[in-house]
Amino acid sequence: MAKVLLKGVSKEFGKVIAVKDFTLDIKDGEFIILVGPSGCGKTTTLRTIAGLEEASAGEIYIGDKLVNDVPPKNRDIAMVFQNYALYPHMNVYKNMSFGLRLRKVPKPEINKIVRRTADLLGIGELLDRKPKELSGGQRQRVALGRAIVRDPRVFLFDEPLSNLDAKLRIAMRAELLDLHQRLKTTTIYVTHDQLEAMTMGDRIVIMNEGVIQQVDTPQVVYDHPVNRYVAGFIGSPSMNFLSPTIVKENGNFYAADKDYKLKIPGDKAKLLKDYVDKEVVLGVRPEHIDTKATKRDHDPGGVFSASIWVVETLGSEKLVHIRSGEKYTLIARLDPHADIKTGETVEFVANMNLSHVFDKETEEIVF
Amino acid sequence: MWPPEVATNPFPIHRKIKMYTKKSTPWLYLAPALTLLGFFLIYPSFHTLYLSFFDKGSNVFVGAGNYIYAFTNRVMLTAFRNNALWVVVFSAITVFLGLVLAVLLDRVRYEVIIKSIIFMPMAISFVGASVIWKFVYAFRPAGAPQIGILNALLQTFHLPPVAWLIERPWVNNLCLILVGIWVWTGFCLVVLSASYKSIPRQFLEAARVDGANEWRIFWRVILPLLVPTITVLTTTMAVFVLKVFDIIYVMTNGNFGTEVIANRMYKEMFQFGNFGRSSAIAVVLLVLVLPMMLLNLHRFKREEK
Repeated sequence: MAKVLLKGVSKEFGKVIAVKDFTLDIKDGEFIILVGPSGCGKTTTLRTIAGLEEASAGEIYIGDKLVNDVPPKNRDIAMVFQNYALYPHMNVYKNMSFGLRLRKVPKPEINKIVRRTADLLGIGELLDRKPKELSGGQRQRVALGRAIVRDPRVFLFDEPLSNLDAKLRIAMRAELLDLHQRLKTTTIYVTHDQLEAMTMGDRIVIMNEGVIQQVDTPQVVYDHPVNRYVAGFIGSPSMNFLSPTIVKENGNFYAADKDYKLKIPGDKAKLLKDYVDKEVVLGVRPEHIDTKATKRDHDPGGVFSASIWVVETLGSEKLVHIRSGEKYTLIARLDPHADIKTGETVEFVANMNLSHVFDKETEEIVF
Repeated sequence: MWPPEVATNPFPIHRKIKMYTKKSTPWLYLAPALTLLGFFLIYPSFHTLYLSFFDKGSNVFVGAGNYIYAFTNRVMLTAFRNNALWVVVFSAITVFLGLVLAVLLDRVRYEVIIKSIIFMPMAISFVGASVIWKFVYAFRPAGAPQIGILNALLQTFHLPPVAWLIERPWVNNLCLILVGIWVWTGFCLVVLSASYKSIPRQFLEAARVDGANEWRIFWRVILPLLVPTITVLTTTMAVFVLKVFDIIYVMTNGNFGTEVIANRMYKEMFQFGNFGRSSAIAVVLLVLVLPMMLLNLHRFKREEK
């Protein structure tokens, strides 16, 4: 186990900058997630930590040792690849023991470790099989096993669950977490799935275009995104964005457009004094929109009316796409038994205390 | 009404015809190819076998006489030895060089250019290559000006010239084999390089992270994954070189102990007009090639599974 420190790491491929000035302090035993859309540099960062790519600039420490010039084999890390990369000519036992055999660990010892790990992962019966005789889930476990037997200081996971079907993915998510709680090995996990990031990470690192956007615990990232990008990326369905203008009337601040006028709560209003008569981005999460009829203690400043365009019934909730005029579509997450019909015009209420305003130019959060 | 009533065919004979055509259709399509193969491959093979039991003019039955000749004649024995030498040395070196070059060139910047240069001799016929190398190996007695580059080099260092194509039995045979290697290494390189490049990089990366150095990765990961290609290539090269003819015919015509089976067959047939002996040698050659063909067929079958 070890902490991992990245100081100003950059990686360029010719003229393309894949990762830019990446600085991150990963604590010993932490489960950290790098998340972002494809091409955001998360996998490149992981491969740089592994030593499979050479950093163009910056310093990488594993433990207290600077490893920039240390080849992958001496970094004492284990990596699980997206498509598992199991050696096709070796059976499960040979695959799992490969690293130990290279290190000249005595045979009885290898045998003990491999069998123990295989049992831990529930693949004890499969040790004689070749990878092509295994299902996706089983291959995934073998790849995990190959990483675990080495007892490395750091685990690197590169989208390990993306090749599994949805059901198996959820089961493996829980298993990975359970495994981490038992082994307590520092883990760096790359995914493009924000749900995976939210559910698994001690902290998550949201990246875009090679740059870190925000690093924090899942709840903080969800509640207090630092910019519009993070606000839109985390959460499903994603945050609704509107483009109102801030207006000031009788000392009160409103976010207003042709079809609505929403009052900004007093304590937040003072943050908007520079934005009067300017367009901003208003962000409201789907669960912060409700119908006026069901929300008794609603904030009267957040009421607006809109017509119901599409209703998605999910059983546990209803996702309602609402429209006002042609200008905007919002998604509201409503009670599954909410009595609403497509085409109706209904009064809705947005919880303005939990909404966010972003600067239109910089897209940074105002509150 | 469900299920619908199935109409029974009132004319059973029609059904029979239908069944019959179903079975015969594939044969119908195969017929042209089979006919051609029969005329130009199977019939000549059996006719050759038939001729091999007759004398020079195919008139008198001589039993196993031609075969006794093929396995006892001194020149034929030399030919067998040389063919064995060709199969072992040529196949081993072309495949080995191809493999080494494929792996090394993958790390070189101008890979394509170097590969093209090594592959280029493939564009030259064996006869053309033999003419080129005849010049390389050209020999003049000591003291005379050397026109062959090898002997010219030796002369530069004041060493006595070597009669590359006459010095028996190893020098001249290996010199001939070298010509074949020069032509065919490029082919092996291209095949192995394609196979090497088709190995997903993640296997190598996984091994690197697992703690393997490049040497170990080659032996434990790359080589095992290339074994199928190496096997096919080696057997193909071996079958091909068992029938080697052009290089010998052009460069030494089998003189100085460089005779090979195919060249002997040609001589018996077209120079000595001995159909019996020539046919017997052809049959022997065919029998030698068969096991390797069967090995390859067996492999294909297994891979299809």
